[in-house]
Amino acid sequence: MTSLPLLTLMMVVPLVGAVVVAALPAGSVVRTARPVALGASLLTLVLAVLAWVGFDTGSGAMFQLTETYSWIPQLGVSYALGVDGIALALILMATVLTPVSLLAAWNDVEDEEPGRLKRYFALMLVLEAFMVGVFAATDVFLFYVFFEAMLIPVYFLIGLYGGPLRQYAAVKFLLFSLAGGLIMLVAVIAVYFAGPGGSDGFLVENLVGNLDGSTGALRWMFVGFFVAFAVKAPMWPVHTWLPDAATESRPATAVLLVGVLDKVGTYGMIRFCLSLFPEATQWATPVVLTLAVISVVYGALLAIGQTDMMRLIAFTSISHFGFIVLGIFALTSVGGAGSTLYMVNHGFSTAGLFLIAGFLVARHGSKRIPDYGGWQRVTPVLAGTFLVAGLSSLALPGLSSFVSEFLVLQGTFMVNKTAAVIAGLGIVLAALYILLMYKRVMTGPAPSFPEGEGPPDLSLREKWVVAPIILSFVVLGFFPKPVLDLINPAVDRTLQIVGVSDPAPTANASGSAP
Amino acid sequence: MHSLITADGEALVAGSASGVASLAWLLVALPLLGAAVLLLGGRRTDKVGPALATGLSWASFAFGVLVLVQLLGEGAEERGHHLVLWSWVPAGTFDLDLGLLVDPLSMAFVMLITFVGSLIHVYSLGYMEHDPDKRRFFAYLNLFVAAMLLLVLADSYLLLFVGWEGVGLASYLLIGFWNHNPAYATAANKAFFVNRVGDLGLSFAIMLMFVTFGAVDYASVDEGAAGASQGVLTAIGLLLLVGACGKSAQFPLQSWLGDAMAGPTPVSALIHAATMVTAGVYLVVRSHVIFDAAPDAALAVALVGAVTLLFGAVVGCAKDDIKKALAASTMSQIGYMMLAAGLGPVGYAFAIFHLLTHGFFKAGMFLGAGSVMHGMNDQTDMRRFGGLSGLMKLTWATFGLGYLAIIGVPPFSGFWSKDEIIHAAFVGEGWQPWVLGGAALVGAGVTAFYMSRLFFMTFQGDKRWTDDVHPHESPRIMTYPMVVLAVGSAFLGLALGPTHALEHWLEPVVGEHPEESAVLPTPVLITMTLVLIAAGVALAWMRYWRDDVAEVAPRASVATRAARQDLYQDAVNEGLFMRPGVHLTRSLVYADARGVDGAAGGLAALVGGFSSRLRRLQTGYARSYALTMLTGIVAVLGALWVIQ
Repeated sequence: MTSLPLLTLMMVVPLVGAVVVAALPAGSVVRTARPVALGASLLTLVLAVLAWVGFDTGSGAMFQLTETYSWIPQLGVSYALGVDGIALALILMATVLTPVSLLAAWNDVEDEEPGRLKRYFALMLVLEAFMVGVFAATDVFLFYVFFEAMLIPVYFLIGLYGGPLRQYAAVKFLLFSLAGGLIMLVAVIAVYFAGPGGSDGFLVENLVGNLDGSTGALRWMFVGFFVAFAVKAPMWPVHTWLPDAATESRPATAVLLVGVLDKVGTYGMIRFCLSLFPEATQWATPVVLTLAVISVVYGALLAIGQTDMMRLIAFTSISHFGFIVLGIFALTSVGGAGSTLYMVNHGFSTAGLFLIAGFLVARHGSKRIPDYGGWQRVTPVLAGTFLVAGLSSLALPGLSSFVSEFLVLQGTFMVNKTAAVIAGLGIVLAALYILLMYKRVMTGPAPSFPEGEGPPDLSLREKWVVAPIILSFVVLGFFPKPVLDLINPAVDRTLQIVGVSDPAPTANASGSAP
Repeated sequence: MHSLITADGEALVAGSASGVASLAWLLVALPLLGAAVLLLGGRRTDKVGPALATGLSWASFAFGVLVLVQLLGEGAEERGHHLVLWSWVPAGTFDLDLGLLVDPLSMAFVMLITFVGSLIHVYSLGYMEHDPDKRRFFAYLNLFVAAMLLLVLADSYLLLFVGWEGVGLASYLLIGFWNHNPAYATAANKAFFVNRVGDLGLSFAIMLMFVTFGAVDYASVDEGAAGASQGVLTAIGLLLLVGACGKSAQFPLQSWLGDAMAGPTPVSALIHAATMVTAGVYLVVRSHVIFDAAPDAALAVALVGAVTLLFGAVVGCAKDDIKKALAASTMSQIGYMMLAAGLGPVGYAFAIFHLLTHGFFKAGMFLGAGSVMHGMNDQTDMRRFGGLSGLMKLTWATFGLGYLAIIGVPPFSGFWSKDEIIHAAFVGEGWQPWVLGGAALVGAGVTAFYMSRLFFMTFQGDKRWTDDVHPHESPRIMTYPMVVLAVGSAFLGLALGPTHALEHWLEPVVGEHPEESAVLPTPVLITMTLVLIAAGVALAWMRYWRDDVAEVAPRASVATRAARQDLYQDAVNEGLFMRPGVHLTRSLVYADARGVDGAAGGLAALVGGFSSRLRRLQTGYARSYALTMLTGIVAVLGALWVIQ
């Protein structure tokens, strides 16, 4: 154990970075804003790795690296941070994806507008700080504060830096999120009164297993949390804000939004819905599994029908979030571990798709799939990396997302074969939406450009963006153990709280025929 | 520890790997290294790439020989070597190591894959010499070899699945290698999609195994099978069969194979004839413990094989494109293997036997077809071939040996392996031997007809060339591999057939080969087979050698037209799945924009009105947001106050 308040530092560093970037004098912005922002995010990554090194997977404690200070004792609110394996895995993902996104966003804003430029990078750093906070908060109210605070930088990132319909998309995003957030707020307050109360009555540790209330009341609280998380995740039928937000924002913003921020929804389901309301969880499971399966198939079908690349990728995420929720509510150790791993892997594969598609759009100026064709002949490296990211999205065995998708389906299959089989359709449909897009964009006769004016292939900076993403596909595909070792104890503890265990193998162990 | 159950119930144990077998991961790693270097190295490796890839493929073969020699030196019971490499997926109660299994079955495949694969690398050095992207081609070839070796060397179904979809990826990449032609890109996609449907079956088989046995490695599954219920085992068997149908182009998932001929011809030879498409047969034989315990599932395998062998043979009779005719033939021959595998212990060894001989003669013929195309400006229409025997002597001779082998003329390879399958199909009781055996027998006659048709239309009879072609023999780097494969087509059967060497070799894995007599005496069966073959050849001789062949396909009978259209498989798929699917997708996209979004639609309208009013009041997002937040905070405090 290290005595440094690592989690707080992981918020302070990007926040300080943001302030520094925002305060840069106009003259030096162009030169220094980007390196400073990247440096701050890399330093945060180093801290996250330190946290990983200091994390003890064998520890029996619910949270590690804890920091607890009383904040508003009158209301039972504490400034309490800590992580279990699930939270740490997600923080690691967030802190890897932030520098990657910053690097990808390098030229998003013109040098001629230094003010806009520095605010853009500052906002991304602020977002990073809040993302760390939301995963690290172990006080329900603090979690809520971060949950809502995250909206601010995202709202500005979309509304100020997005595409032509950015205003509509930003407001839609905000209203959906606020509506969900308000419903959750009611549940948050109710939880306090159902719990032991006192000056630290919002601490998760004090609340787990300590909620007093009628079955009905607890179920309502579950629903309050769940709705907010379902909007965030997003699940069918409250998904409609995502395609707009994803296509109107910059690719780097879309990565942080879909890849990281939306994971707060599925993370919240594990941390709050399952841990605080075991009975309600089991009560709601059939409905949630149904919604999850619908999301899987619906998202995939919608993705097939899209003509806008970014919208397509957004819909694939709706399908993938369906898988994640499915695995969580399968309530098996296999599904739980699979879902958590899925959250990490999906972050990387979505990042790959959004960013590489973004590189393509930056070259050709259109997000419309029919405007392309034959680009493999023009930009072979870009096409190759795009294919790899696509293969990760369709969960090709050997790449990381296969392991998690298989585990989710396996974990679901153990308890609900119907749900697993229908969700299995998503696997076939994934091949359709990815490979049809690849075919339309990259194959066919090469487009003709005037001599010497053809678009360039990936630049060195762009290769540096893609490299860590692809590396994660391969490494976590064949060696996911380091992440799974983090996840397993936390999943087991959660399922213990819910009070379920995996069904035993059905075959007669003695080996004689029944 | 991997246990092998012999027919007499004695458990043989695959111990931890020793000797060179403990380095068996090198078999996979060497070609994988080649793929990585060529793909990541970029243009810098343009020059050395093809040679490097070829060298690494041969290196893998050489290492395979070393392992084989070690196994040959060991007693039959010690020929199982199990390597645990690392802990792969430890997730809750699911806990799987990544490991390899070296045993007689996997080594038979390793030899086939690396030897034929390396020969085809060599051939490609010539065939692809002038292609600007040949580095990428060789990278994909190496990737394929690595994935295929992983498939056969895996010690668990999940790792097999990695190789299984890995070869599918390589196949996709290579079918679409010339994807600037949109039709080829579509063919690549089609292969991937159809295979995904099959793969879904395989993945559910794996999931059902875990639910049943609590593990998905071969050893645990084989061990647990005795304790599982018949119904579950049948379900697992049928799901495995779905997977096998996709990969091995068996009915009803065969539609992709003909289109897959869009790939460069060496690819057709290696992937879509000799190795990848036979993976389904491997899967069934590897899972023999399950099929032995689930006779219904085994019967389904045999029936699928019987239907496909006839289906492919019929389609093969009508195709004028030399590669598509060969593809139909491949489908049909794999049907024979599946049929054999479905027959149980009486057929396992013959399924593998035919798989090996087919690997040689079919790869040889595909390379021959490539050689013909090479000399004919890449044309594939056999109606514009004819009379090539004199100008391409070596191609003619090597192709001829493959041809004699596939139709089953003694003493060439196909005679030994196919005849055994026909014989085995006639073993049994009730209707089964008559139906299955009958199909196998009829298939032999049809095979003789369509292969003779192909051979005569290409090499014999009149010249029907288009004006611009000047047929010539291919360079030696292409013909030498063809010669080697022709030698195999001629003698491999003789080496393994009469000696029963392969049956004994596979015994530790699939159990002792039972000697059972067919419902008809062996001499009768052999005579009938040979008569049918002779009839098929004679008919083809009359129509495609003696008589003139039309340069344009004449309008033909309903049956022939159906066969030309692959018996309307594509039309069925299109009507049943594709069109409804497109329609469904379109309506959903429409509904999502109008309906679901509209249901949040009251909200959506609210968004417009509310936010524009806010904007009018406040101008600027910061303030509109601040106001919204403020509303939220007021609501919070209000709620708190009310509750307290």
